[in-house]
Amino acid sequence: MALKTFIEAIRDGLREEMTRDENVIVLGEDVGKKGGVFLATDGLWADFGDDRVIDTPLTESQIIGTSIGAAIGGLRPVAEIQFADFIHPAFNQLVSEAARLRYRSNNGYSAPMVVRAPYGGGVHGALYHSQSVEAFYTHVPGLKVVIPSTPYDAKGLLRSCIRDDDPVLFFEHKKMYRSVRGDVPDGEYTVPLGKAQVTHPGSQVTVIAYGLMAHYALEAADRVAEDGISVEVVDLRTLRPLDKETVLDSVRKTGKCLVVYEDNRFGGYGAEVAAIVAEEAFDYLDGPVTRIAGPDVPGVPYNHVLEDWFMVNPEKIADGIRKLAAY
Amino acid sequence: MAVSERSAAKKPLGSDLGLSTDDLLEMYRLVALARAVDERMWILNRAGRIPFVISGQGHEGAQVGITWALEKGKDWIAPFYRSIATCLTFGMSARDIMTAQYATASDPSSGGRQMPGHYGSHEHNLVSVSSPVATQLLHAVGLALAAKIKKTGQVAMTIMGEGSSNQGDVHEGLNFAAIHKLPFIFIVENNGYAISVPLARQVAGSSVAQRAAGYGIPGVTVDGSDVLACYSAAREAVDRARAGDGPTLIEAKVTRLTGHSSDDQQTKYRSEEELAADRSLDPVPKFRAQLVDAGVLTPQAEERIDAAIKDAVHDATEYAEAQPDPHPSTAMKWVYAEEWPSEGPPPWGMGESTDATVDDASLPDTVAD
Repeated sequence: MALKTFIEAIRDGLREEMTRDENVIVLGEDVGKKGGVFLATDGLWADFGDDRVIDTPLTESQIIGTSIGAAIGGLRPVAEIQFADFIHPAFNQLVSEAARLRYRSNNGYSAPMVVRAPYGGGVHGALYHSQSVEAFYTHVPGLKVVIPSTPYDAKGLLRSCIRDDDPVLFFEHKKMYRSVRGDVPDGEYTVPLGKAQVTHPGSQVTVIAYGLMAHYALEAADRVAEDGISVEVVDLRTLRPLDKETVLDSVRKTGKCLVVYEDNRFGGYGAEVAAIVAEEAFDYLDGPVTRIAGPDVPGVPYNHVLEDWFMVNPEKIADGIRKLAAY
Repeated sequence: MAVSERSAAKKPLGSDLGLSTDDLLEMYRLVALARAVDERMWILNRAGRIPFVISGQGHEGAQVGITWALEKGKDWIAPFYRSIATCLTFGMSARDIMTAQYATASDPSSGGRQMPGHYGSHEHNLVSVSSPVATQLLHAVGLALAAKIKKTGQVAMTIMGEGSSNQGDVHEGLNFAAIHKLPFIFIVENNGYAISVPLARQVAGSSVAQRAAGYGIPGVTVDGSDVLACYSAAREAVDRARAGDGPTLIEAKVTRLTGHSSDDQQTKYRSEEELAADRSLDPVPKFRAQLVDAGVLTPQAEERIDAAIKDAVHDATEYAEAQPDPHPSTAMKWVYAEEWPSEGPPPWGMGESTDATVDDASLPDTVAD
């Protein structure tokens, strides 16, 4: 067991998978000598060389489209999109191609590949270095979407994603890269896709979150515990396929559900979770399914006062919990 | 001397390209079969049997000539929706093409999930076609990257029209393929029209091939109605690719003998004179005349080939007509490799159809990875 930062766990996972399987390659902008702008791939180029750690031109659609073809050709590409904000030029390749390849060929073809991208705000990244883009992709059957919150999960889930036979988007909250540390076992382990985790047991309100918000939800749970409110926190880890069972089991127990996400509120991923809870746990609910999410502005503003206004934080979540508990 | 005696005699057609008489006859069979299957598709469409046709008529000579240069079962092609002759040349059958028109459960391209024209076959190294144009170029580039990294000696080719060649993915992919000298070939079948918009409004400078210079790769223009010229150009590109010398762009000038699709009436935007002139560029009679002149296509050989094509088209139609539709209970399959409890059909609003029991015979065939 060793204490690792979030980004160290990701880097270790990449290196170990590349060592295990020579078909695993890494490609993206600045992933080579520089090791990525956040250093997620630092050292891989030195260890694995030009063929397996490929600096690409600034061409996101090419990064994803080439990965699809390489996957068909038997490689296991791990593509890095430098910031999730810049993934949009590859939307067509992800949605029209990677997601549909297996379905449209009736299982004749598939695109086993991972797309890693740093997402999220709170780092003075403004409109184009702060976005949460998961809702665009969780909407698409055929894509899997994973957002880990701990170093242990990041490494274990990344290994599962690389070994998975479908395209997976793996979003990493950039604020967590160096601020979050946790124990990571020395030996090989994986964390299965499609499994949420109850990270804080409780009895009165269920809070459903992922990524950085899973940490803030735990902080909020501690704050409201002082007011005598018992909160159960569910960290989704995999957004699609969603572990409905764990979500619904928790809500059926507590009778109240707050969904937290950093993205804009309207049409965000949490809206789907809220709809599922409303449809499938209605008889157990003692209050409205509610959401704490980012305000509906087109991007996170840069000025620190405005950014603080935008960002969901533990206090905003605690406030939402208190209101729901009192309902 | 033997050498001068040989050069004095008229060399057999195709011998300078290493093509035997059997090769030429098989190439002709494929060109003519593609045309016959295509013509049957239109008849079936106009008779109300199939809802949609997208055609390769006018492109067959280029498709057979170019595809002939690749190694079947080894190399890769990411084709497009007019690639009927390409798919036939690379191993798909007339039945495979026709079941796609009927969208039957047994359609090997998609099990009836895609519109006609969206061919694909893992068995034959033909990448599944989608509708957004030019996306497939990057898939072929990725296949070429895999071939280079894994040192398989494979070549990956992609094909599209000149209209599609304007997409950004083309630039991104050619740039990457050229940087890494990938074993990649880009074929543009230039028929002069992107649905209704003529070349002059689609392609600045009127040539796609000249864009190759910007990537430092050869850009070749070839008469797409000349089957052997197309083969020769493609063979050179394959040799370059296999030798590690990188990509080649080949622009084959072809003609579109039909509307864009069965939903298009091209007389609305093309004159009768132009259409008549285009018919003189039809590769099928041109290749036939060339082979007859060379004494390759004898009356007996032609009779045999014609009869075989008639039989194949008839058989494919009868077969496809008789094949069952896919069952709705199979429609949730293959969203992912495995089935997920949370990814089932909607609990409300879908009626009874998804709960019906399934007759095994109606399950779509699946192709193993």
